[in-house]
Amino acid sequence: MSASAAAPAGPRAVRPRPESRPPSGGWRIVAAKELADHLGSTRFVVLFIVLGLAGASAVYSVSQQIVGVAAGVRTTESLFPLLFTLSASDIAAATQQSANTPLPSFVALISLLAPLLGIAFGFDAVNRERSDRTLPRLLAQPIYRDDVINGKFAAGLAAIGIALGAVLLIIAAWGVIQLGVVPTAEDVARLVVWYIVAIVYIGFWLALSTLCSVVMRRAASSALVAISAWLVVSLFGSLLISTAVGLLAPLGASPTTSEVIANGHLQDTLTRISPDGMFQIATQAILDPRVTASILTIDQRVAVAQQGAPGSILSLDQSLLVVGPQVLAIIALSVVCFALAYVAFMRQEVRA
Amino acid sequence: MVTQPSPPAEGGRDSTLEPVIEARRLTKRYGARVAVDDLSFEVRPGEVFGLLGPNGAGKTTTVLMLLGLTEPTSGEARVVGVDPMRDPLEVKRHVGYMPDTVGFYDGLSARENLAYTARLNRVPRAIAASRITDLLAQVGLAEVAGQKVDTFSRGMRQRLGVADALLKDPSVLILDEPTASLDPEGVVELLALIERIALERRIAVLLSSHLLDQVQAICQRVGIFYRGRLIAEGSVRDLASEGSRTQDIVEVGAQFVDGRRAGVDVVMATLHGAPGVASVAPEAGTSGRVLVTGAPGIAGAVASALAAAGLRPVHLRTRVERLDAIYSRLVHAAAEAPSAAPAGRPVSVPPAARRSIRRAPGRSGHERREPGNHDGGDRHRNDDHAGGRR
Repeated sequence: MSASAAAPAGPRAVRPRPESRPPSGGWRIVAAKELADHLGSTRFVVLFIVLGLAGASAVYSVSQQIVGVAAGVRTTESLFPLLFTLSASDIAAATQQSANTPLPSFVALISLLAPLLGIAFGFDAVNRERSDRTLPRLLAQPIYRDDVINGKFAAGLAAIGIALGAVLLIIAAWGVIQLGVVPTAEDVARLVVWYIVAIVYIGFWLALSTLCSVVMRRAASSALVAISAWLVVSLFGSLLISTAVGLLAPLGASPTTSEVIANGHLQDTLTRISPDGMFQIATQAILDPRVTASILTIDQRVAVAQQGAPGSILSLDQSLLVVGPQVLAIIALSVVCFALAYVAFMRQEVRA
Repeated sequence: MVTQPSPPAEGGRDSTLEPVIEARRLTKRYGARVAVDDLSFEVRPGEVFGLLGPNGAGKTTTVLMLLGLTEPTSGEARVVGVDPMRDPLEVKRHVGYMPDTVGFYDGLSARENLAYTARLNRVPRAIAASRITDLLAQVGLAEVAGQKVDTFSRGMRQRLGVADALLKDPSVLILDEPTASLDPEGVVELLALIERIALERRIAVLLSSHLLDQVQAICQRVGIFYRGRLIAEGSVRDLASEGSRTQDIVEVGAQFVDGRRAGVDVVMATLHGAPGVASVAPEAGTSGRVLVTGAPGIAGAVASALAAAGLRPVHLRTRVERLDAIYSRLVHAAAEAPSAAPAGRPVSVPPAARRSIRRAPGRSGHERREPGNHDGGDRHRNDDHAGGRR
């Protein structure tokens, strides 16, 4: 500022002026800056391309198969969601053809890669500020301390939402062209619901990696821990669950009804602890309206069998009813992780 | 402008103004370790106060307590009249802070980094743009405003840090180790910048440093901080004045009346045992001079002793104590003093240090006005507080 404008901050400036209270919402300033950083970052571009390519190849192979098969088939179901839920080998198995690509379905790929998205935008959220030595300077500005972590979490979620949303839109549009089927309103609604649930699920991983970034001083160790957690849950999760179920509630050569029920209960319980298991159930219930055993608990299965209504189709609200508990459980897990990160951050000393 | 214009105060420190920084018996413990021990001091508007001490003395902890970023174990602080623990936001709105080893977002340009700070301080966009331009020019970074910060040298980062701290138009500037790990030229530049800012804006500046000589030039008052305690406080001149000195060191070179240079051994023999002389030693190197240590003001006695022996002094100089010498003297005294000083006294000066500050043979009248005299200074301050609060 010029010499004349640089009016000396004299004694009168010393007294606090109540009219200059800052508007709350320092987190929005932090979030805006973080989001701009994310969107311009290499990791965003790389993840976007990886997600896009994986999704595109899955949808392409499925659409080829569907077009080949669907010509002679007449069903009341909509084809559109199948684009995302079926893998080429599913169709090949159903039609006794040999699958030429071993690619999993779009949603299976996304649920495998989604945690990576959450980890990528959270693993260095706080410890980077420490290693860059920007944290003391940031905290010396007139914002609350939790504005920093809230803003960073919000920016991470927004970046994830943008990446996933863009990939989903591009691939849906391309799938429509490939398939030549216009999605119904319900198809679109199911996809939107799935998108929201996926964001919630990725939010859990974002919260977990943010927790790692608060607790661990080095970004590298934080990333390693978060990625190990992802590997254990995503790749070995179902294996670990079936092992535990087999050990604790074994099914003999000719299991009794009570044994089967006990086994099923344990399986249900463990699957509903694993965020990955819950997301898969939720995905299937939302995008695949057929009632299949895999989305139901053992009790529901017994009920369905007694009413003799297997293979019926769930309406959207029924789907939502089925996935409600799963979505709530994922939200609860995310909240727990974020709360831990929040508390740890608030209690930490500013200096490294 | 965030601050309202007000008439500039005259002179550096105006004691009629309320202090903008007050620390009252601040104490911070980390478990058993005491980082800051019963620290009291104050800084008034327009004053540059230097908090000097070795690494680990508790300087950064003190600064963080003043900003409300760390909670004191006991004691309290007032910054711009506000308790930083009660209303940290109000404090942070008025205090520009440059942390030691200041960091910036490397991927952003200098201007973008400052723009983020401006947004966090809710400086309106239009004002922020021109203020950033002005500040970058002031700190000499106008040409690199658009460059990413990761291309910046240490000195440039520090100067950007000063601009960053000034962006909110603060009434207090806290600079933590601003000159650490700068090259000599960078130090000179940065200190000149700080001095100019303090002078132009008439804001209070609290400067912490372990590089005493460098900051002594721009600090009106310094507090010497050692192991969490303030062991001396006052202007550099006061601390170095004879009143606080225990001894003088005089450089002596002499020749015989016929012009032959007198050898070191001759001079030493002459001065050994002269009145007031404590010890005599040859100066290091090949100067042929002798260092005489003795009571303050001994130079005159040395001259007469030489004359009496038929020697003519060709070099006679009392070494002026520099701040780092004062500092090491005080720290030495503090380190040697028994650490049994009971906690809870206002600014407890270890006995040895107090003695070294206070003892001034024959200068007691001068001594009473010594700001370095702790007991007097504290009593004065405590009275101030009592009067101000009731």
